[in-house]
Amino acid sequence: MTTEPILDIQKLVVRFPDKTVLKDIDWTIQKGDMVSLIGVNGAGKTTLIRAILRQLRPTSGQIVTHPKQIEYGYVPQFRNVDPDYPLSIKSFVGLTRLKHRLPFYLPKEHQALVRVLKRTNLVQIQNSRLGKASGGEKQRAYLAQALINEPDLLILDESTASLDVQAKNELMQLVRHLNETEALTVIFITHDFELAKQYTKKFAFLHDGALDTGAIEDLTDDFLMKHV
Amino acid sequence: MFVFEFMRNAFLASTFIAITCGLVGVFVVGRNLSFLSHTLSEIGFAGAAFGVFAGLSPLNGMLLFTGASSLIVGGLSSQRSRREASISAVSSLFIGLGILFLSLSNKNASYATNILFGSIVGISVAEVKQLVLLSVVVIAALLVVYRQLVLDSFDATGAVSQSIHRKSLSMFFLILLALSVSIGAQIVGSLLVFILLTLPAASAQYIGRSVPQMLVAALSFSLLGVWFGLYLGYVTNWPVTFFIATIEVIFYLAALVYDRRGTK
Repeated sequence: MTTEPILDIQKLVVRFPDKTVLKDIDWTIQKGDMVSLIGVNGAGKTTLIRAILRQLRPTSGQIVTHPKQIEYGYVPQFRNVDPDYPLSIKSFVGLTRLKHRLPFYLPKEHQALVRVLKRTNLVQIQNSRLGKASGGEKQRAYLAQALINEPDLLILDESTASLDVQAKNELMQLVRHLNETEALTVIFITHDFELAKQYTKKFAFLHDGALDTGAIEDLTDDFLMKHV
Repeated sequence: MFVFEFMRNAFLASTFIAITCGLVGVFVVGRNLSFLSHTLSEIGFAGAAFGVFAGLSPLNGMLLFTGASSLIVGGLSSQRSRREASISAVSSLFIGLGILFLSLSNKNASYATNILFGSIVGISVAEVKQLVLLSVVVIAALLVVYRQLVLDSFDATGAVSQSIHRKSLSMFFLILLALSVSIGAQIVGSLLVFILLTLPAASAQYIGRSVPQMLVAALSFSLLGVWFGLYLGYVTNWPVTFFIATIEVIFYLAALVYDRRGTK
């Protein structure tokens, strides 16, 4: 694995009128890392991710990426896909192809769609309606949509929260496979310490606006007792 | 029946109206804007009444009112949760104004009936040209923003993490919707234009599994509806709007049955 940084956060402060959410955060993520971002509700995880995705302007500090422009893949926490949702899994996955304006896919875009469906084990069910898919299949479709533009950094926001144990493990095994075989850099936001320990290599623990980072082995019960 | 110029005009106009409303409708349904399109129909009535009062054509009056109210609704409510209340407030105001303008313009009740229920067979060549032009503008505009609009309409959550100006896109679409309402009202009347904007697309959602498939299905349903509606209206001398509404409801029920019969 390389040790080249992909994301370098320096002295990041995000202050809202009533509260300072992030206080002087420093965080470096290396290319090919698979990191868990952990913290209790309200700790500022979403704020940090929004700052990384450039959806929120920090009060001070900076977020540097290498190269300057990187492609992000983001799997949001909440998605309202009801049982009547009409699109097939394949159509849903292709929705974020926005680089061209044409109302139809170019051959290379179509190939990319086929490739991502294969990578996420969705080929068999690609023509099924997303609304009728199981929780695990839906999460794989969300993951595929985030992967279709070949991101440099993949961010999974509580993607396993609503899944049963088997579906959780299947999704995480898939993400770990992509991380290991394609050197995809992953930030996995979660409340699930056990899952974090099982599947990720590093952690970043957000508490009271500060960030502790380390190897996943250091996320011990003692550490958690001190901070949670 | 094509020996009559008024029927040729009616067919040409209604073909373009059906294409426009069918295509736009897919996004109306995808964005959960059926209620707004219904309300814009009522506002269209007020606009037509204003047009008559102010010496404009009813279509121009409709364009003015539906366009303005779309912008107001868009400005008042970027969040879906607040949209319904904003729509109710705006529609109350505009319908009240419609009644006022109709009363001030001293037109008789049959004129109001024409606005409300449509009068496609009375359409002139100049009006047909204007409708065709407006339809082409709407379809071209849809093509320009197609991919962004598809994402924002069918996966609003996914659109948040993309670099899309969602507010501008939403306003842009509301204008296209206002134009479509004004165009569609010329055939089925302002009271029932939402039929063409919602039913073919709602039926298409049960048939298609991709947006292009839904567009083709919605287009087919709306075209078949207006063509058969016009034909049956011509043959029976009953209102065209009645036939279009009935045909679209039949398509909707058939699509519902198709979906329930184990398509998965």
